[in-house]
Amino acid sequence: MSELRELYQEVILDHNKHPRNFKKLDPYSHHAKGHNPLCGDKLELFLNIVDDVIQDISFVGSGCAISTSSASLMTQFLKGKTLAEAYIFFEQFHDLVTGLPLSDATLTGLGKLAVFAGVQEFPARVKCASLSWHTLINALEVPTETAQTE
Amino acid sequence: MFDVQAVRADFPILQQEVYGKPLIYVDNAASTQKPRQVIDTISQLYLHDYANVHRGVHQLSQRTTKSYEQARETVQKFIHAQSSREIVFVRGATEAINLVANSFLEPRLNPGDAILISEMEHHSNLIPWQLLANRRGAQLKILPMTTSGELDLTQLSQLLTPQVKLLAVTQMSNSLGTINAVETIISAAHAQGVPVLIDGAQSITHLPVDVQKLDCDFFVFSGHKIYGPSGIGALYAKAAILTEMPPWQGGGDMILNVSFEKTEFNEIPYRFEAGTPNIAGAIGLAAALDYVTQLGIPEIAAYERELLDLATEQFTAIEGLQVIGTAANKGSILSFTLNGIHPHDVGTIMDMEGVAVRTGHHCTQPVMDFYQIPATTRVSLACYNTPAEIEGIVQAILKTKELMG
Repeated sequence: MSELRELYQEVILDHNKHPRNFKKLDPYSHHAKGHNPLCGDKLELFLNIVDDVIQDISFVGSGCAISTSSASLMTQFLKGKTLAEAYIFFEQFHDLVTGLPLSDATLTGLGKLAVFAGVQEFPARVKCASLSWHTLINALEVPTETAQTE
Repeated sequence: MFDVQAVRADFPILQQEVYGKPLIYVDNAASTQKPRQVIDTISQLYLHDYANVHRGVHQLSQRTTKSYEQARETVQKFIHAQSSREIVFVRGATEAINLVANSFLEPRLNPGDAILISEMEHHSNLIPWQLLANRRGAQLKILPMTTSGELDLTQLSQLLTPQVKLLAVTQMSNSLGTINAVETIISAAHAQGVPVLIDGAQSITHLPVDVQKLDCDFFVFSGHKIYGPSGIGALYAKAAILTEMPPWQGGGDMILNVSFEKTEFNEIPYRFEAGTPNIAGAIGLAAALDYVTQLGIPEIAAYERELLDLATEQFTAIEGLQVIGTAANKGSILSFTLNGIHPHDVGTIMDMEGVAVRTGHHCTQPVMDFYQIPATTRVSLACYNTPAEIEGIVQAILKTKELMG
C-alpha cells in the first residue's frame, strides 16, 4: 500500500474532493479543452493573461483524482507567474511525473506540485497528471484546439 | 459439478502474484487467458509441422494445410454452420465486420439508404458502418436501449423501414453484459427482407451458438476472447450470400488464374483469405474451441451464472456502488461506478491488490453517454474465476473506498 499512499497523498485527495479555481472565467483571454480519450477525462482551462503574466486561471471538467487534483494545484501554482515561467514549469513537471532526476532547487521551486512525484511509479497514470499541463500549452499556443495526451 | 480448480490448473498464467498478491484476473471481456492445451498446440505446430498452407506438395505443407482446414471445420461445428465453406478466417471480429461492410454492403448501399445498429454496440460494430454510411450518403439508425440496459424492441418494427439494408447487433454487450434477444430481432428483420449481422465477440464464450437456428446472415467472433490466440477470428456468412460477394482484399491464395488482363478468383471461403493467413492462430483457435467444448459451453454458462449472481449480490451490498447494466438476461459482466471515485483511480488501487479489472468506456462511448457517466469499472468473469476471487474483489473495492475516503 505504500506506493498507493505515495500516489494518493492527502493533498491530492483534498484537491480532488475540493478542486480550487473550479469555475469558468468570463471574460477570458485564453482557453483550451483537454481530453484523454483513453479514460474519458475532460477538462476546460480558462486564462486571463495581461502583459505576459497569468492574472487569473481556472478550470472545469471531470476526471480521476490525479487529473482533477493536478489541474487544481496547477491553477493555484500558476496564478501570477509569467508565460516564460509557465513553460519552464511545464517541462519540470513533465520530468517530475516521468521520473527524470530533478535538482533539489527545482523540486523546491515546484512547491506543492512535488506531491506528483509518486506518479512515476504508475506509468499508466502519467497522462492523468499531465493532462492539465498539456491543455495549458495548447491554450497558450493554439487557443481553440483540444489538447490530447494520446 | 464444475471443477474450477481443474480448469485453473490448465492456465499456467493464473498461478502468479502481482505486487505480492495472488493475481485475480477479471478482465476477460477484453481478452481471456490461454490454457496449456492451446499453448501446446501452437508450440507443437512450430516444433514439428509448420509450413505454408495450400501451396506446397511437400510433407510439412500437407500436414499444416490439413490442420488449418480441420480448424475451419472445428469452427463450423462449434457455431453449427452448415458447411465449412461458410467460415472465413480473419484477424478478429473487427476485421470480419469491415469485410462485410466493404464487400457485402457497400455495393448495395445507395444514398438515402440506412444501416440499423443498436445503442449498445462496441465501437467495432459502429465505426465500420458509420464510415460506410458517410461514404455512401446513407444514414445510421439506432435501436435505443432502456435504463436497465436492454434493447427497446418495441421500437424495432418502426425502425425497420424499406431504406434499411442491414441490421448489425451484438448478441451480448461488452460493457453491460446484456444478452440480447437476437432470435426475435433476426426474425423481425427478415420479415422486412433485411439481412442481419450478429456480433458474437462476447457471446461466443458464454452461450451456445447455432447460426442455423438463429438464421443470422453473418456471425463474427474473435479467438482471443474464447481462450484462443489474438489476431485470429472468424466470419460466418451463409454460403448463398458469400458466393455473391466480391473479393475484398487481393493477393495470393485468393485466386485461380492470374494474368495482367484478368484474374479468376478462388471459390469461397478462400476468395476472402488473401495472403498467408494466421496459420498458427487458426490452429490454436481450434484447440481453444476443442477445450471449451470438452468443458461444455452450457456447463461453463451455468457456472459463470453462479459467479455473476454471487458477485451481483455482494457488490450491491457495498454502499455507494451502482451496478450499470441490470438486464434480466445477462452474461458474466459486471460494470459499476463508485460514488465520488473515478474508475481510473479504482483500477489503479485494485491493481495494487492484485485485481486486474478494466476501467474506461470499454469502446462503448454511446453507452457511457446514455448513463451520463465518463466510465465504469468492469469485472468480467470467465470459467476459471472462483467464488473466493469474488470475495477478493469485494475486499479490493472496500480498500479503494477506504483509501479514497
